[in-house]
Amino acid sequence: MEETIVTEQARPFPIKTLILLLLAAALLAFPLVVSLPFPRRLMILILLYAMLGQAWNILGGFAGQVSLGHAAFFGVGAYTSTMLLMQLGLTPWLGMIAGGLVAVALSQLIGYPSFRLKGHYFVIATIVLAEIVHIMFTNWDYVGGAVGLTLPLLPESLINLQFHSGNAPYYYISLALLAIVMGVTYLITKTKPGYYFRSIKDDPEAARSLGISITRYKMFAMAVSAFFTGVGGAFYAQFVLYIDPNSVFSFMLSVLIMLIPVLGGIGTLWGPVLGAFILIPLSEFTRIYLGGVGGALDLVVYGALIMLVAIFEPRGIWALVERFFGGRK
Amino acid sequence: MPDLAILSQVILSGIFIGFIYALVSVGLTVIYGVMDIVNFAHGEFLMLSMYVVFWLYALFRIDPIFGLPVSVLVLFVVGVLTHKLIVRPVLDAPMSAQIFVTCGLLVYLQGVAQFLWSPSYRLIQEPLLSGRLQVAGLNVSLAQGVAAIGALLTTAFVYWFIEKTETGRALQAVAEDRQAASLMGINSDRMFALAWGIGAACVGVAGALLANYYYIFPTVGTVFALIAFVAVALGGFGSVPGALVAGIIIGLVEVLSGFFIAPAYKEVTVFALYLVVVLVRPQGLLGEW
Repeated sequence: MEETIVTEQARPFPIKTLILLLLAAALLAFPLVVSLPFPRRLMILILLYAMLGQAWNILGGFAGQVSLGHAAFFGVGAYTSTMLLMQLGLTPWLGMIAGGLVAVALSQLIGYPSFRLKGHYFVIATIVLAEIVHIMFTNWDYVGGAVGLTLPLLPESLINLQFHSGNAPYYYISLALLAIVMGVTYLITKTKPGYYFRSIKDDPEAARSLGISITRYKMFAMAVSAFFTGVGGAFYAQFVLYIDPNSVFSFMLSVLIMLIPVLGGIGTLWGPVLGAFILIPLSEFTRIYLGGVGGALDLVVYGALIMLVAIFEPRGIWALVERFFGGRK
Repeated sequence: MPDLAILSQVILSGIFIGFIYALVSVGLTVIYGVMDIVNFAHGEFLMLSMYVVFWLYALFRIDPIFGLPVSVLVLFVVGVLTHKLIVRPVLDAPMSAQIFVTCGLLVYLQGVAQFLWSPSYRLIQEPLLSGRLQVAGLNVSLAQGVAAIGALLTTAFVYWFIEKTETGRALQAVAEDRQAASLMGINSDRMFALAWGIGAACVGVAGALLANYYYIFPTVGTVFALIAFVAVALGGFGSVPGALVAGIIIGLVEVLSGFFIAPAYKEVTVFALYLVVVLVRPQGLLGEW
């Protein structure tokens, strides 16, 4: 591990920096150039899902713990901020953080028992947790039951996190959220937790013999992952202004959150972004052009993609990109 | 104090559905026991088998009883193909790749079912197994009773096959130690394919039995698969008797919590049981074979 990092630093890659700057400029300029609501909406969803995919990636990619229940964290984030707004009039900005923290609490609940065991116990625990939360919210009348919650329309302002005249602010907020999660992920990969995550993933026995507390670092990865997923849920609620259990807690949402990094490149910094840029337009377009059945057809495509990637290129499309440009490794 | 007559009726229905859960779980546990791989598409296998039986009935008026062997055969082939096409290529890949392939299959099969057959709920209107019997003061649905007995017999048959036949012992040998088994001349790849075939055929039976009285829709397998995960963890991953005991326990827990708490929460109790098992006794009630 140490060696690859040293060589990376010793061999600076100016083209990479250039591409990054161009990408950042393009993303910042996008709403100035494109004023149509639909492409903007699409971009907001891409950025949001890239953020969710990256949050999943911290746990599933870097720490190697596959979760199929991230909808639970997304949903409680959405519900927490919405309820705090509706009941206490709390600004969604604080609601977002509260939502993230509730998601963290939930994540630790299943992390502790299942991290001591083989991987599949954890996967099943995440599915089961998400199902429990889904059923609970569907039957909990205080939070609107199966009908869900319609967010109150507030005057347009940054503090209210509601914008009705145009969706450019939502765009920049989602971009900022993605940037934050990217930054945190980058930091994690370049500091001690990141090395520990990788050693846990590659060789848990060796990691343990070196005195790394495996469970503690898995819990940490899970907390960070759940937090940002909850934040994403809160943002989603403010953006769509309506949430119900079947949309924010659905199993297929968990699948989609997992698929983004899996397709793009699991355990890589840019994989989830790439995955979101491929998958979200795909799913939006099938929905638009194929109408009602499109929802099923995108499942067919998702399922096929997951299997193909797992069989032929477990490191995702990002691995192909890396091989194409300059062939590191 | 609840009415005893109603309570015993509830318990009976819990045991009946418990046998079905047991059989679905046996399928899962056989695959896991031999290969150390969890089949996340197990519920979708169940869904497929229900649709096989349904279409035989809807198109050719073949009753589910006679559709059952067809369903078993189809599912056996589906299981073997699953192994050959998507599982074998990732056998030496990291565990996450093994998780992803069957998850991908889950999503794929659900999508295909919704796309081809629409999300609507279907029911086999007039199966041969219909009507009710009075047994010892209890009101028994014939379809559910036969399904329970059929599931129990199939479970017993699978157990007998694994424990008593030459092939079953070969399966156990591969489960124990692939290398050693291949030194003894056992073709482990064939055994893996067989395990997938048997595992899928189990839900082939369960689905055909269920189709007599249960609604059929693309996501019907989800709940059964989740319950099977819980049952397999509770019974001990890889243990057939464990799956049977756990299936019955879960059937009872489900109906009793539906009865005493609220029907909406009956699955919550079962799922919460999983978290308790993982926390308290992760090896399950009965160990691995």
